[in-house]
Amino acid sequence: MSTLLPQLTAKDFASDQEIRWCPRCGDYSILAQMKKVLPELGIPREQFCFVSGIGCSSRFPYYMNTYGFHSIHGRAPAIASGVKLANPDLQVWVITGDGDALSIGGNHLMHAIRRNLDINIILFNNQIYGLTKGQYSPTSPLGSKTKSTPYGSVDNPLNPLSVAIGCEATFVARSVDVDTRHLAATLRRAANHKGTSFVEVYQDCNVFNSGAFFYASKKGQKENNIVYLEHGKPLIFGKERDKGIRLNAHGRPEVVELSGISEDDLLFHDEEADDPSLAFLLAQMRHPEFPEPLGVLRNVSRTVYDEAVRDQVSHARETLGEGDLEKLFNSGDTWVVEA
Amino acid sequence: MSVADPPASPEGRSKEAIDTVVIRFCGDSGDGMQLAGTQFTNVSAVFGNDVSTLPDFPAEIRAPIGTVAGVSGFQICFSSKDIFTPGDEVDTLVAMNPAALKSNVADLKRGGTLIVNEDAFEASNLKKAGYDHNPLDGDEELAAYRVHKVPMTRLTRDSVEGLGLSQSEADRSKNFFALGLVYWLYDRDSKPTEDWVQTKFAKKPEIAEANIRALKGGSNFGFSTEAFTVHYEVPPAQLAPGKYRKITGNEAVAMGLATAARLSNADVVFSGYPITPASDILHELSKFKHFGVTTFQAEDEIAAMSATCGAAFGGAMAVTASSGPGICLKGEAMGLGMITELPMVIIDVQRGGPSTGLPTKTEQSDLLLAMFGRNGESPLPIIAPQTPGDCFWAIQEAMRVAVEFMTPVVLLSDGYVANGAEPWMVPKASDIEPIKVDFLTAPNQDDEFHPYLRDERLVRPWARPGTPGLEHRVGGLEKKDGTGNVEYSPENHQHMSDTRARKIANVADFIPEQEIDGPESGELLVLSWGGTFGSCRTAVRQAQQDGRSVAHAHLRYLNPFPRNLESIIRSYKKVLIPELNLGQLSLIVRSTFLVDAVSFNKVQGKPFKVIEVFNKINDLLNS
Repeated sequence: MSTLLPQLTAKDFASDQEIRWCPRCGDYSILAQMKKVLPELGIPREQFCFVSGIGCSSRFPYYMNTYGFHSIHGRAPAIASGVKLANPDLQVWVITGDGDALSIGGNHLMHAIRRNLDINIILFNNQIYGLTKGQYSPTSPLGSKTKSTPYGSVDNPLNPLSVAIGCEATFVARSVDVDTRHLAATLRRAANHKGTSFVEVYQDCNVFNSGAFFYASKKGQKENNIVYLEHGKPLIFGKERDKGIRLNAHGRPEVVELSGISEDDLLFHDEEADDPSLAFLLAQMRHPEFPEPLGVLRNVSRTVYDEAVRDQVSHARETLGEGDLEKLFNSGDTWVVEA
Repeated sequence: MSVADPPASPEGRSKEAIDTVVIRFCGDSGDGMQLAGTQFTNVSAVFGNDVSTLPDFPAEIRAPIGTVAGVSGFQICFSSKDIFTPGDEVDTLVAMNPAALKSNVADLKRGGTLIVNEDAFEASNLKKAGYDHNPLDGDEELAAYRVHKVPMTRLTRDSVEGLGLSQSEADRSKNFFALGLVYWLYDRDSKPTEDWVQTKFAKKPEIAEANIRALKGGSNFGFSTEAFTVHYEVPPAQLAPGKYRKITGNEAVAMGLATAARLSNADVVFSGYPITPASDILHELSKFKHFGVTTFQAEDEIAAMSATCGAAFGGAMAVTASSGPGICLKGEAMGLGMITELPMVIIDVQRGGPSTGLPTKTEQSDLLLAMFGRNGESPLPIIAPQTPGDCFWAIQEAMRVAVEFMTPVVLLSDGYVANGAEPWMVPKASDIEPIKVDFLTAPNQDDEFHPYLRDERLVRPWARPGTPGLEHRVGGLEKKDGTGNVEYSPENHQHMSDTRARKIANVADFIPEQEIDGPESGELLVLSWGGTFGSCRTAVRQAQQDGRSVAHAHLRYLNPFPRNLESIIRSYKKVLIPELNLGQLSLIVRSTFLVDAVSFNKVQGKPFKVIEVFNKINDLLNS
């Protein structure tokens, strides 16, 4: 961090706009953690750009005193791609929701991730359409009774982490809105990753889908329902840290009691595994059969799109020289008409 | 057969000088007709003729071989005079198979020259073309033409014999045989083509040699066969003095963008998704990285347009290009660019519509889409290039208006302008006015930055992310003037809608006045726009030579109109609007000026013939 930079605080990142999320919305907590993390990154405020689509979460940029673009439904990853190509020194954050990213914007999300642009995508997953007042979303569980599915939804939900890993995302993580310390740490790691960082945040919509993630957020429940991932460490969870995850003879995960089992028999997390199979296996561990993993599932290094684009431009400039317009205009066959 | 260079002029046969010739090469899509046509264009341009071309190819890359659906054609008009169109009627038609003959012979002038590859006129090809007989048999069917039946397949194979090529490889050179024959017929120098072949096939010397041998074989055939009793000379045109090159519309757009990037203080970011007939812009631009051009092949049209909005916000001169159906997909994000007031250019290379329509054919049917194809009140400036070479200037003009007025601008090109070629006077880079990009560097209202604080033309400032103190948010929600903060009040929405519309109307003070060709008042004004320039200008000039009271105004600026357009329109008793659509400019002109303009419309995927416009002018003046 440069010592010349003025020391910024969370306050410096608050815009003058009144925040208009519903009282006790999980978004408040995510906003607070973001404002806390940004000053720690050693990046001047003018170098941040927040891009969003449409939905409750997508109001986020208005509340950040940085550069920001509240765009159109589903297109934030594509807009962020343009911002990053035009202005590669910016740290670009995409703020999106389950409907915005996985329904109308599914295609853009997939392509941003596979290109591995150096952007950070934070998906606020509340398993509901909040802004349009309560229709089921592509992450709502099968059978969800909502305004548009009074008899229960009949389509299978997407698992955001599986989608990201399927697109070979280089950084995949999950956190929970009210798990503030973990969320801040996850955002910090996402910010520092080179390439596309994809973070799913379980976010409570207390108006239209209250309690969807209480199993993972409420004291007394979460201890048995989540497992914190740590690189190189075995998967251990439970209030008494008395349970673990082990791979059975078929290579499938199973919950085991630690009494009588050596830690060495447990599944050890390796977020840097080049092969995405382990990350995918972790993403598939769903409540209530398994504790759901929180933390970084995958963190690998691959070619970064915008860097590669910049490299091609500098290479062209080095080998061909700065573009010579006279040479360009006169390329190919020319002829002269005499006066 | 000898492959020696033929002498310049065969003994005992004459060489006639003529001023204008129209040739069309046609054959199966795999026969290399576009290549033959392009080469003929190059050598004629280098020789100093004025040229104008009309490539015409099927949407299918490889339609069933030998069928009418698979016929690909390339028409070129070359002249010792100044010409504006690729010609109405064909003087010499080269048909490589029965399907090509069937679908093209109607355009051949009576008494014109017909050169056919007679080897291709066998039973299965005749059947595929829908002939129940061989049109080359007997004297009657093609009696109106000077027919030359040339066994091109066999002669090509003979020409390349000994090179160790397979038969199918050898047959691929027959377009060069046809080209060589036509080169001889019109006294063309084949050297530029030979050089091109050597470069193009540098890694396959046996293919290069085969093509050159076929080319010479064709020339020698023309020279040594008594069938061709006359060959022709088309002297160089008296173009304005200067240095020229051949250019297509899409090449000119790409070069114009490279120029904008190089001369201005902002880079160009081009985002596109492959679509006919706009893809060549992406191809060309991707070579221009060292000029400050970044290209982004997006996952779809929506992403290309969205990335363009993002790049504009990021501080680049942002551009996207597509064609009709792609522009439909871009509509929503164009609206975002409009309401956020960010500068960018959307290039629409119009093609036949609706829906997928006629992907490889030309039309002018997206004018109303460009004008109104977005939700809400969202006017955008529209500029239309009139010739291939003009695309170079029009794209820079579009970008200049975009940056000057902080707005998306639509450039309405079309398939005819984009793929057509003409001689283009090479400009001097130092004579080109750079596009001046003024990024704000400090707060503009006391110590605060108000992103929607406007100047006297109602234009807001452009602040590049990364600039300290100018952090701000933009978005698709209605905003308060000045601060840009979200604001839904009724009065504010009225104010902002009015303001954005007035800002676009103010562009009229920035663009030049409309020029007219002909008398300043009179009986008839022909009002046209975009790619129909050549046909309309030629038709009007012909009518003027006949003493008719007619003038031509060709619009380059379609929104807003030039400030003097109304007074021009009111100076003539009648107004004729020829368009390759069902009356789109006509609708706008009639409603804007309450004038009883007459529409003249064509939607056949083809440009106007001069004669069509000429006849319509006379009809109107006689009625």
